[in-house]
Amino acid sequence: MNASFRSVGKWAVQTARLCCGVPDYDVYVKHLREHHPERPVPSYKEFFRERQEARYKGGGGRCC
Amino acid sequence: MQAAVMPKPSPASKIMWVAIAIVGAFCLGVVALRRGEPINAIWLVAASIAIFVIGYRFYGKFIEHSVLQLDPTRAPPSVLRNDGLDYVPTDKWVVFGHHFAAIAGAGPLVGPVLAAQMGYLPGTLWILFGVVFAGAVQDFMILGLSLRRDARSLGHMLREELGPMPGIVAMIGVLVLMMIVLAVLALVVVKALTHSPWGTFTVAATIPIAFLMGGYMRWFRPGRILEVSIIGLVLLLLSIWSGKFVADSAALAPIFDMDAKTLAWWLIGYGFVASVLPVWLLLAPRDYLSTFLKIGTIALLALAIFLSAPTLQMPAVTKFIDGSGPVFAGNLFPFLFITIACGAVSGWHSIIASGTTPKLLANEGQARMVGYGGMLMEAFVAIMALVAAASLHPGVYFAMNAPGAIIGTTVEQAATTISQWGFVVTPDELLRTANEIGENSILSRAGGAPTLAVGMAQLLHNIIPGEGMVAFWYHYAILFEALFILTTVDAGTRVGRFMIQEIAGLIHKPLQETESWTGNLLATAICVMLWGYFLYQGAVDPLGGINTLWPLFGIANQMLAAIALMLATVVVVKLKRERYVWVPGIPALWLIICTLTAGYQKLVGPISFTAAANKYAAAMQQGHLLAPAKSVAEMQQIVTNNYVDMVMTGLFMVLVVAMVIFCLRAAIRGWQTNHPTAHEEPYVALASVAG
Repeated sequence: MNASFRSVGKWAVQTARLCCGVPDYDVYVKHLREHHPERPVPSYKEFFRERQEARYKGGGGRCC
Repeated sequence: MQAAVMPKPSPASKIMWVAIAIVGAFCLGVVALRRGEPINAIWLVAASIAIFVIGYRFYGKFIEHSVLQLDPTRAPPSVLRNDGLDYVPTDKWVVFGHHFAAIAGAGPLVGPVLAAQMGYLPGTLWILFGVVFAGAVQDFMILGLSLRRDARSLGHMLREELGPMPGIVAMIGVLVLMMIVLAVLALVVVKALTHSPWGTFTVAATIPIAFLMGGYMRWFRPGRILEVSIIGLVLLLLSIWSGKFVADSAALAPIFDMDAKTLAWWLIGYGFVASVLPVWLLLAPRDYLSTFLKIGTIALLALAIFLSAPTLQMPAVTKFIDGSGPVFAGNLFPFLFITIACGAVSGWHSIIASGTTPKLLANEGQARMVGYGGMLMEAFVAIMALVAAASLHPGVYFAMNAPGAIIGTTVEQAATTISQWGFVVTPDELLRTANEIGENSILSRAGGAPTLAVGMAQLLHNIIPGEGMVAFWYHYAILFEALFILTTVDAGTRVGRFMIQEIAGLIHKPLQETESWTGNLLATAICVMLWGYFLYQGAVDPLGGINTLWPLFGIANQMLAAIALMLATVVVVKLKRERYVWVPGIPALWLIICTLTAGYQKLVGPISFTAAANKYAAAMQQGHLLAPAKSVAEMQQIVTNNYVDMVMTGLFMVLVVAMVIFCLRAAIRGWQTNHPTAHEEPYVALASVAG
């Protein structure tokens, strides 16, 4: 029961972040480590700022 | 290619589906056939849910297996191009939540409210059947196509499947549509805030709140979206609460008491400043607030409807199906199908279904839930908006939505006119409603938002009683819509700016630099001028603006939907699945017929822009002044505005016809070729790349 509550909470947070254009940081770090070990890993702050800029760079992600 | 074999259903599931079908049919029967006595909204809600579930299970599945032939063993773009940022295989519920938040906007809340003038039945039927056979089909199919094409955008797919020219034509259509969308949405805000110090104050307060949140997130606690959103929300609620004191204060109220023209100018100036400021300062924090507030408000609306189970006071069908309605002009066909765009079928969604969503889906087998299911959810929001409007006293509904030119500007005149239509209402009732919501007047507040706000406030008041709470809920609902719309205006102006810079770059390369201040300011100014013109036009319009501009928006939005469905039709042919061509083909044809008929009626005939222009031009020649114009210059302005609307309508019609020709040409060529010619990416097995 406790575990399922936690997974719902995790889902809610991940969805809420994604709705604001911020994907999962841990997933990104894991991806970098596995596939591009030569690249520096950005801090959450840097990652967040980059995503925030990227969200409003056009492409239009919302409806009327 | 052989269609995938569907698993055989078990007897238990057969029985369950038969039961759902019977319940749905019974509820729909009650909604559609019971006359003379008011029905409860729950019948309508239950019928909708049954139809959505059946549509999802059967028609959605049919499209998945037979038309799109989605394959869970095939690697989607998120896996093939995984970069941890844009392309990430993501949990299907997270993708669903994200997709729904991106498609749900103010549109499904406004259209159904306006359409309620014809009674609740026509709107309900169009939403229910429109979404199952057109809207959800469009979203799902475009998502499916994009999944097979490296998550490419609608414009890119159009260029690839139809050729470069159709791609450019469609993109011009998208830019023009966006300008109309921004203008109409901004007009909804203007209509809601006109002479409403309380509302204007709370909306203005969102700007310093956003600055505060932006600074907090930039320097103090970087990236803490949820934390800062909660702080923002508390401040917002505080601003709603304190708005009452502003409205009651003799010193402060006049500062926030503005007419439509002044508000329009403020919004135009605001739009310009907001879209050149850095995103972290204003746009992003407000975007977070509006996203969460939107989901919260939709949940609140659902809760209010389920708990208070209101009776629908609006008749099932009113006499205004003959086209004589005060809220918007025109017959049921085609104008109902233009007025309710988002909620039944919305072209805008095709941009989202070919944007972020296909980059996130971890498996093709989840596309139906996200694409088809997400749109069903949006239709449900539209149904709830319709319920909120139809559960209002019809007299109040018409007082709020009919223009002053028709019902007059005092409660006495309005009550007399509306009572003559057969919706008996007294001036007292209109005054009392205004008092309850803490406003001076409820007359002629077209645009959907205020009506929905009153409906929602009354529903919420039924379940959470309390002195003065109706006024609080009303301003909460207004704030929610305004916040949401203003975020769309900021973001839309930015997107429009990039599109304009791209086009300008074709002529003079340096203008394309998005970092250059000259290019940036110039393109932003052009973009703001484009939508600002229509907004201002709406603010001075004799029929209150919405009456004139909403059809233009509906035509444009349905035009885009028709283009998306035509693309799907062409691809089905090019894949050599011709026997399923009717699946996207019939809704495409229906939308082409609706947009062209509506466009034609707006060009010639009694309800056309041409007729309105001629009426004012003729009066001007005889030296008369027609309300609301107070000078010859204003008369001339109205004539010019109507000519501009005429040209826009004509442009949309030419666009639709051009796209029909392009699509027919591509489809005929695809039909005559005896092998598939669609541009799908090659098959890669998921098992070979995953893990």
